[in-house]
Amino acid sequence: MTYALRKLGLFLLTLWAAVTLNFALPRMMPGSPADAAIARLAQNGPVNEATRAAVEAQLGIPDGNLLEQYIAYLGQVLRLDFGVSYTFYPEPVSGLVAGALPYTLVLVGAVTVLAFVVGTLLGVLAAWRRGSWADALPTVSGSFMNTFPYFWTALLLLFFLGYVFNLFPTSGAYSPTGTPSLSLAFVGDALYHAALPAVTMFLTSLGGWIIGMRNAMITTLGEDYVTFAEANGLRGRTVALRYAARNAILPNLTGFGLALGGVVGGSILVEQVFGYPGIGFLLFNAVIGQDYPLMQALFLMITVSVLVANLIVDLLYGALDPRTRR
Amino acid sequence: MSQNTNQAPTSTSVGTAAGSDIDGPGARRSGARALRTIWGNRKARAGLIILGVFLVVAALAPLLAPYAPTDNSFERNADASAAHWLGTTAAGEDVLSQLIYGSRISVLVGFGAGGLATVIAVLVGLSWGYVSGWIGEVINFIVNLFLVIPGLPLMIVIATYLSDGGISVIIAVIAITGWAWGARVLRSQTTSLRSRDFVTAARFSGERPGRIVFREILPNMTSIIAGGFFGSATAAILAEAGLEFLGLGDSTLVTWGTMLYWAQNSNALLVGQWALLFAPGLCISLFATSLTLINFGVDGISNPRLREGSTGR
Repeated sequence: MTYALRKLGLFLLTLWAAVTLNFALPRMMPGSPADAAIARLAQNGPVNEATRAAVEAQLGIPDGNLLEQYIAYLGQVLRLDFGVSYTFYPEPVSGLVAGALPYTLVLVGAVTVLAFVVGTLLGVLAAWRRGSWADALPTVSGSFMNTFPYFWTALLLLFFLGYVFNLFPTSGAYSPTGTPSLSLAFVGDALYHAALPAVTMFLTSLGGWIIGMRNAMITTLGEDYVTFAEANGLRGRTVALRYAARNAILPNLTGFGLALGGVVGGSILVEQVFGYPGIGFLLFNAVIGQDYPLMQALFLMITVSVLVANLIVDLLYGALDPRTRR
Repeated sequence: MSQNTNQAPTSTSVGTAAGSDIDGPGARRSGARALRTIWGNRKARAGLIILGVFLVVAALAPLLAPYAPTDNSFERNADASAAHWLGTTAAGEDVLSQLIYGSRISVLVGFGAGGLATVIAVLVGLSWGYVSGWIGEVINFIVNLFLVIPGLPLMIVIATYLSDGGISVIIAVIAITGWAWGARVLRSQTTSLRSRDFVTAARFSGERPGRIVFREILPNMTSIIAGGFFGSATAAILAEAGLEFLGLGDSTLVTWGTMLYWAQNSNALLVGQWALLFAPGLCISLFATSLTLINFGVDGISNPRLREGSTGR
């Protein structure tokens, strides 16, 4: 119980630090969001003081000293009030985020789970059949895929399957004629549009799971209890799965938890290449449009999801492996 | 796969922290031996040769490139020809020349950011492993914070704020977001080394802690630090390409990342300018692959257990 409480305390402390970092970042940087917005206005003509004050008021630029700003900011975060977006003015940031979240959650979430399951199984197989082609093929191709810039893989798939062979749509989450609903036709259309980004993310993340599982598995295969199980004449598959894999999977589970936390952040580059309207694409647009409120809210949300995933993994880990509860 | 099949740790290599690399002071000879071990590994040798080619190309770019990288006086979107081996861009620049000059930034960022991240990791990791008490707890918290905060979004946010900083900002941002994992690995090595006999001996002979950490302990971790460096450099090259591709770097520079950015911007896909899309990505992959291959050799001389670090993400 003290283990769980300590983890929870550390989580709250980290959460506070992350929220504070998000507050401090824009204030540590040269220039202010209002300056950026006014600079854009200034391209159309000179900006006088009154306009400047009006812009600042409209964008909700904080006033008061740093401490007052910080307290006001904490209150806003608690109320999930992140102000209005600059690029999609006057849409509130929270609405934009809520609109993009489902696409990312479904797409990246499904791919992450699938890649983890397939990759881990391949890793078990590779370690168990060490030295054979079942080891060489996934290990070599996996470590090679890991060095590909994954937006490049995305561009290649887009080029061949999208443009050359016209097999898949090249951007968007559904056909321009469709309206989001839970009808069979719309879901099919959405899956069709999600196929290319899904394949990209699956291919580029698979290698990590394979290699991680293989290496951990090889370590456990050298342990005495595995040798003992083999000497007792248990079947190979039983030894591999019940004895070795069960213990070797712990590091991969940690990675899986973190990857699930990363789901909310989406896959920024992949979503950008495929024009897929999820969180990553929204962040990209916020960045291009210097939409600071949107950018800050997205960064905070992505960070918090990773922190929460981390906490859950820590607690699970403590339950699964008593040795960590020191 | 002969190298990898040897990765199963025997009971001795699990027990000793860094395998054969540990032999106390006098690490220079073990350094030479380490180099021989790396060169003896087939994969690592291939990696060193590829890396060497990239280094030569980057160093001799003005001599090797047929044109200036920003010379846009040529026909636009031209196909490959004798004058332009890889065709020209939408702005009328020679793709091959851009590719050759682009290697300079990737080499610079890979070694610059990778090196900077490694230096931070060494400084933090070793001090952290040696201190105890509340200072250790504070460092622990800071390292954890940097480990958990998602790197790419943080990188993007910082790069946006510092949009006019150029390549040095990119290097700094990548280093700031990339040192924590290395620090953690080095710390665990330090804690296991600090109780060794030669460290105890140094302590009893009245050496200062700073000298013990950086003169006695550090030389025994060269393989781990080298491995960490190649890992950081690979990550840095990919991160730089990603940031430039998003248009967050200095898009007036000629780099492999900005080449892809302009390729995407000018719809190189649709006008059939295939080389502009394929070549920079292939170079990034090859460069990153060469560093990964060298790491196979470095892994061979350090603890196989460390390879667990290459999970997920």
